[in-house]
Formats: sequence, C-alpha cells, structure tokens
Amino acid sequence: MPVFDLATTELRALNQALHALDKSGANEDFEVTNPRGSHAVAVGIDAPVNVTIDGSVGYYCAGMNEQATITVKGNAGPGVAENMMSGKVVIKGDASQYAGATAHGGLLVIEGNASSRCGISMKGVDIVVKGNIGHMSAFMAQSGNLVVLGDAGDALGDSLYEARLFVRGTVKSLGADCEKKEMRAEHIELLTKLLADAGITDVKPEEFTRYGSARTLYNFSVDNFDAY
Amino acid sequence: MSYKNPVTTPRKSATFDDYTLSEIRRAAATGIYDIRGGGAKRKVPHFDDLLFLGASMSRYPLEGYREKCETAVTLGTRFAKKPIELKIPITIAGMSFGSLSGPAKEALGRGASAAGTSTTTGDGGMTEEERGHSTQLVYQYLPSRYGMNPRDLKRADAIEIVIGQGAKPGGGGMLLGQKISDRVAEMRNLPMGIDQRSACRHPDWTGPDDLEIKIQEIREITDWEKPIFIKVGGARPYYDVALAVKAGADVIVLDGMQGGTAATQEVFIEHVGQPTLACIRPAVKALQDMGMHRKVQLIVSGGIRNGADVAKALALGADAVSIGTAALVAIGDNDPKWEEEYNELGTTAGAYDDWHEGRDPAGITTQDADLMKRVDPIAAGRRLANYLKVMTLEAQTIARACGKNHVHNLEPEDLCALNIEAAAMAGVPLAGTNWVPGQGGF
Repeated sequence: MPVFDLATTELRALNQALHALDKSGANEDFEVTNPRGSHAVAVGIDAPVNVTIDGSVGYYCAGMNEQATITVKGNAGPGVAENMMSGKVVIKGDASQYAGATAHGGLLVIEGNASSRCGISMKGVDIVVKGNIGHMSAFMAQSGNLVVLGDAGDALGDSLYEARLFVRGTVKSLGADCEKKEMRAEHIELLTKLLADAGITDVKPEEFTRYGSARTLYNFSVDNFDAY
Repeated sequence: MSYKNPVTTPRKSATFDDYTLSEIRRAAATGIYDIRGGGAKRKVPHFDDLLFLGASMSRYPLEGYREKCETAVTLGTRFAKKPIELKIPITIAGMSFGSLSGPAKEALGRGASAAGTSTTTGDGGMTEEERGHSTQLVYQYLPSRYGMNPRDLKRADAIEIVIGQGAKPGGGGMLLGQKISDRVAEMRNLPMGIDQRSACRHPDWTGPDDLEIKIQEIREITDWEKPIFIKVGGARPYYDVALAVKAGADVIVLDGMQGGTAATQEVFIEHVGQPTLACIRPAVKALQDMGMHRKVQLIVSGGIRNGADVAKALALGADAVSIGTAALVAIGDNDPKWEEEYNELGTTAGAYDDWHEGRDPAGITTQDADLMKRVDPIAAGRRLANYLKVMTLEAQTIARACGKNHVHNLEPEDLCALNIEAAAMAGVPLAGTNWVPGQGGF
C-alpha cells in the first residue's frame, strides 16, 4: 500500500501519483499521513481507489473527485469534496464551510457537524451530515439530497431549485422560496437508502422532515417584489 | 386673413429624451427592469480619442510588409508548464453555450483556430463543437459552475477564473426561461423553462486569500500544466490586478464597461464599471509596481473593434486583447440582411440587443433549432478568421509606422490624446502639448 507522508513528501507528488492511476481498474489503497491541514489533498482523482488520510485537512480536500473513496480521519477545511462527480468521501470529524459545494454526484458523509453553506449550489450529490449544519446551507441547491441528522441553521435552502433536504432536528429558519414538504413513500424509500449508504442504522427515515422549493421564484414576476 | 402669433419650435428635453421617455413607459407597463445583451452604449472616452504619432525625424519607421513586425504572444509563463502560444495578440472572449447557439460557438472556434488564437467557453460548460474546433480553448470557471466538471477542466488549454466582467462588475447573470432548451437544461442541471440565475460570487471562496488556495487546488488537479487566468471587470483595476497577482494568476483579463454580456439589466450595463480606456494604465501600473509586467500577462477587452484599438491597448501596456461583440458581428450578428425580421422584433439591424429572448434572426444568440441553422459554422468561421487577420495587419501597420518590430514594443510615448479626458485616462499628452492631465498625482 503506497504511503505518502506529507511531512516529508510534496503534495504534488501525492496528487500526481493519484492522477497516474489506471482509470479503469485501479485497486490500490493509498494512505496519507501527517496532512497537518494541507490544502488540496487528494484532488482531481479519477480512479476507483481508496485513500485514507490520517489527520485533518485544509481547503478543498477531495475536490472534483471521481470514483475514489476518500476517508479523512480528522476534520476538513472549507470546500471538502467540492464539485465531486462520483465516489464517496467520508469525514470522521467536522467539516468547515461549503462542504460538497456544486458537487454533481457521489456521496459525502460528514460524521460530525458541517459549517455554513453546506451543499451550496449542489448539482446532484448526496450529502449526509450526522451532526448539525450551519446557516445558508443548500443555497441555490439545484439537485441531489441533503440529509441532516441534527439541526439546521438560518436560511436553509435559500433560493432552492430541485434539491431535496431532509432534516431530523430543528430548522432555525427557512430561506427564500424554501418550504416544508410532505414525506411520501418514495421519500422514505430514498432516505432509507441514503442512510444505509452512509452506514447509519440507528435512525428511522420517518423521523425526518422534508424541505424543498416552493418554486415561486423560478420565473421573474414583479409581484414577488418583496422577495427580491 | 387671421393673425397667428409665432410659436416656438417644439423642443424635447435633453434630460427626458425619447429613449428615457420610452423606458419610463416600458417600466410602468411591465414592472421589470430592462434586460438586454451587449455592453455600454453610451459614449465614453475610448481608443478613438487617442492617436499614434508615427515616425518622422526623431523615429525610424519599418518598411510595410517587408520588415518583420512580430505579433506572437505567450500566455501563462509565470507558473504553467504548458503556456499558450498565440500567433496574434487577439483572443476570443468567453461567451456561453446557452447564450449562443452551438453553430455560433463552432464558428468562433473555427475562426480563432484558423487565425492562430484561442477561444473561450462561458457559463454553461464546454461543448463538443467548441472543443473539437478550437486548437486553443480557455475554460471559464464561473461562480455558477454550470456544466463545470473535471474532465473538461483537464482537456482545456487554460483555465479562466471569472470574478467579474466589464458589463456588470459585481453582478451575476440571468438566462431567461425561453432560452433553456433540453440541451441547455441538461448541461446546467436545472429544469427546462425556468430563469437560471448565474451567481455573482463563487460558492467556495470569498476573497483573494481563499482564491490563492482555490488556484492551488486547480493547479494540483491539472498537474500544474495549464495557465490560470483571472478575469475581472473594470472596477478598481489597480487593486484588482494587484490582488489577482497576489492570488497567483498567470494571466489577468481586464474587461471594461463596453464589454458585452449575454443578458443583464440595462441600468447595470450603463452605470456600473469604468470605460476600458480608464482601466489599462492603473492595471499596468499595478503590474509594474509588483515587478510583474510582461511576467503576468494582461489581456484587455471591452470595445475592441479594429487594429488601431489593438495597437493602442498594447501601447498602453496590455499583452493582448480580447473581442466578443466584434467577433459576433463578424460571424453575422446584427447583419442588415435580416432587417425585416429585426423590424418585426421592434428594432433595427445594428441595434438588436434582446439576446436573452432567444429570437435572434441571425441565429447566433438563440437556441431555436430553425434560427440557428442560419449560421454556417464553416463560412462564419472563415469570416472571423479574415477579420482577426485584418485587425492584426492593421496593428502591424501602425507598429511599423512607429518603428516597432514587435507589437509589444509599442509604448505610451507613441500616443497623444484628442481631449483632456482621454489624456488623463490614458496617461498620455494632450495633442499639441506636453501636458498629461493628472500627472503628479492630481
């Protein structure tokens, strides 16, 4: 198993080794030690590889990930798994701002809390947060699912498009054009799968409330003057 | 015969002119601000207010057509392993698929490639048409990240992080529902028919310190191969350029208020941002103060129309220019041959700017399947290549007349200004004097 010690190895060497993997069938496990808050760790991978990072990372860890499974045994700085296309990213600790920003696919699991703007402008990713999320989460979120086992901060889902938000705890306030929605059977089924994918077995999907777009701001109207 | 007192000729207000009156009536009837495409239409100090002095007793000219005047420019020499080599100092600005039709994007790629220069994607992602037909393609990285994916990032020749544009510094965009075809909706991951807001701020960084880290991430993802451009609108060019250098840019694109947009509020286009002419010297000063002039390349855009404009921008210190509106005209935008149809839309050829409505008779700013067939990408690409070559020949003509064997050797000392405003903005003497208004920090 390749081990990259970032105390003694350049970050560039790690990322280039990950980029050099055979896209079709890489089956290696990479370990990264001493990340010490480095930025851009394990970014731009496009191979089905497992990367374990022993410690906390800075900005944009796992950015633009495709196919890889990346586990951070620590906390993650801003923009973890930003623009992820596929694969899985697991943060054992807390995540800072913009977790999963603009991500198109894959699964991001944050076992601690996520800060503000979690899932901002998300475009298809699934995000599961075991703790709480901060304010302005899912701002302009286009599609995908955001599951929060704890509470959500202010202005959840502001200017939301078609992303689905599931919150088990309280929501401090909803953002513009975000509203509470009915939990139908299809959502229970979806949530069951998402929780299972995230390895969560002790929580029932029925405990969640669904939020989505009221779709009143989809086309400009002067009658919505107060919302602008 | 009855006597009538003489009457005065009806006089319209200069303040409440016909356009202003029509806008008040339009706003009152519709309840929405006027949205349009293009750049500032008001008259502002511009390159036309500058003149080259030419050679005479005190300067030696070069022989036209015979003595070489180089035009090549290399972009991205600061950090990128693979800088872009262009034959001419004129590039094609970012314009999105979505705002433009597929054939129009293809024509831009063909024309730019034939002339030895680059073209640029826009909001909405990279299409096969433009990647396939562009030998040098710059991939825009925008706040909305519509269509943004690492595969396209890796197959681009350079990456342009868009902070703003001259038509609307500080503003995002809006692609109205009527232009959201199946293909556009799919690329942008949004439902058909809804208004698509393009955000004005990037979702995962907030200032130059964060941007430095974002650039590091993009460089890591692309193995430090590709030049990273930063595009800013003409707001505070000295500080914006200084911060872009600090953030790690290889190339800075500076877009003045005459630079076009696909669609935004008229009030934004006409009242926010500085004229292109006013932006260049402060930007160059920032680069010089940091010891980065010519090391970080400066591309200037916004109202470039001919080789004289190109030469003037370069003389003021730019490394290259970029064209958008002019390129669209070259491939057929606002062509008088569609006058009847422009009239039906309530406008006239040369004034059509409702690009957001998607009904462009020229087939360029539309997603209508029938209209877009009017653009023959091969013929339109050929016209664009011709136009780019003419502009380059014109710039060379001027440079030779000033005794320069490379267009980059043009300098402010080759220029004078026709009026005080342009003299102050360009930092060159008023014609017939040695007076540079504002010199000395006024």
